[in-house]
Amino acid sequence: MNLFYHIGKYFVFLSKVFARPEKHSVWFKHFVKEIEKLGVSSIGIIILVSVFIGAAITIQMAYNITSPLVPDYVISLTTRDTMLLEFSSTIISLVLAGKVGSNVASEIGTMRVTEQIDALEIMGINSSAFLVSPKVFAFTFFIPFLVIISMFVGVGGGWLSAVFTDALSYQDYVTGIRYFFIPYYVAYSIIKSLVFAFLIITVSSYQGYYVSGGALEVGRASTRAVVYSSVLILMFDLILTQLLLS
Amino acid sequence: MIEVKSIDKLFHNKHVLKAVSTVFTSGKVNMVIGKSGSGKTVLLKSLVGLHTIDSGSILFDNIDFTKLKQKEKIKIRKQVGMLFQGSALFDSATIEENVMYPMDVFTDLSNLEKLERANFCLDRVNLKGANALLPAELSGGMQKRAAIARAIALNPKYLFCDEPNSGLDPQTAIVIDELIREITYEYGITTVVNTHDMNSVFGISDTIVYIHEGQSWWHGTRDQLLCSGNEELDAFLFSSEIMKRLKPKS
Repeated sequence: MNLFYHIGKYFVFLSKVFARPEKHSVWFKHFVKEIEKLGVSSIGIIILVSVFIGAAITIQMAYNITSPLVPDYVISLTTRDTMLLEFSSTIISLVLAGKVGSNVASEIGTMRVTEQIDALEIMGINSSAFLVSPKVFAFTFFIPFLVIISMFVGVGGGWLSAVFTDALSYQDYVTGIRYFFIPYYVAYSIIKSLVFAFLIITVSSYQGYYVSGGALEVGRASTRAVVYSSVLILMFDLILTQLLLS
Repeated sequence: MIEVKSIDKLFHNKHVLKAVSTVFTSGKVNMVIGKSGSGKTVLLKSLVGLHTIDSGSILFDNIDFTKLKQKEKIKIRKQVGMLFQGSALFDSATIEENVMYPMDVFTDLSNLEKLERANFCLDRVNLKGANALLPAELSGGMQKRAAIARAIALNPKYLFCDEPNSGLDPQTAIVIDELIREITYEYGITTVVNTHDMNSVFGISDTIVYIHEGQSWWHGTRDQLLCSGNEELDAFLFSSEIMKRLKPKS
């Protein structure tokens, strides 16, 4: 029953979030700020994670594919497809659920417990729309860039490890990443990431918005935001994969 | 003028406000006093619609706030300024941005006009030059003053202050009290102040309502306060040694 209560409350919350903003110029100012805060500031961690995972996948592939019947370029082909299909959308979204989700939940939660949200309401501002909708739009707008950066950097990381460990030659690596390339995989990955971005921001905002109590509850809400958005990302990964790839 | 007519508020079957009725007069400092947990903050938050009351009515200049639709409530709220216990300034914005916030959202003033108004409000609360500072860089008293500046930015008709002196030293508390009184008289605002600070009560109150266990127990003025003859009010008033010295000899 508690689950249904929260699902219902979440959708009521969403209906408030997507109400018309009080003033578009102020909303746009927030939107730009959120792009910087949630999107641009995540580029560093995305590059770091992608380069290392891309490199590790290449080494693992080289270690596992030992048959002389399988050409070497399959190593980079598999690295590319792993990055495109799963890593750059799903795993990166899980990383972002940790970074962005906890940030959003704790920011909104702190505003709640320090009465800043009440102050907005007193001013006659729809606080949920004012605080959350710029975040939703900013993050869903920016996540495709993060995904594309991750794809390039991940494949680049694979190349670095291939070259430095002599797993395969530069020529084989380039052949592999160009071989049988399906552009739809990029679109598939971006579509998934848009859904994940929406889930990360709305679930985390919901957790923060309805906090009551003090710092301890804000911390708990932050943890719940990461856990619930991660679980939903994994669930929707399965659903979207079935819908988009089968 | 704000009229409160027999309002009730329950939280999970706990009856926090029980048929509270009172009147808050325009151009006066109306004080709500009572012990911690007596329901003062719930009353204040109910007045501004942050809590939905279970029964009764709240009239802002004869308009029943409880019966208004959301959009109409927002119109009233635009005439409300509120000073929260913890100031509730926006952490990530400078003091100037905090004061300009209501103007950004609800007016079509140019940036220069908004800045002029923000500077006027900051000057009014003796915070000239604090424009570029963040709330965390200010002392508690300065934060309260900045919050007052934000609350008066749109020339409110109603000002609500929830324990404006909590956590402040006596001298700063007097500064805040005086500021509230001056602003109230200057702009003819209906001011409602929640407090259990007796210095404030005797210093600036015009009317007083005593809330006891969620009920409006006693109404009067500061001159009537010491000789109310009300047992519960006397127990609250004369609980400290200093206040006991003020107790009239019967």
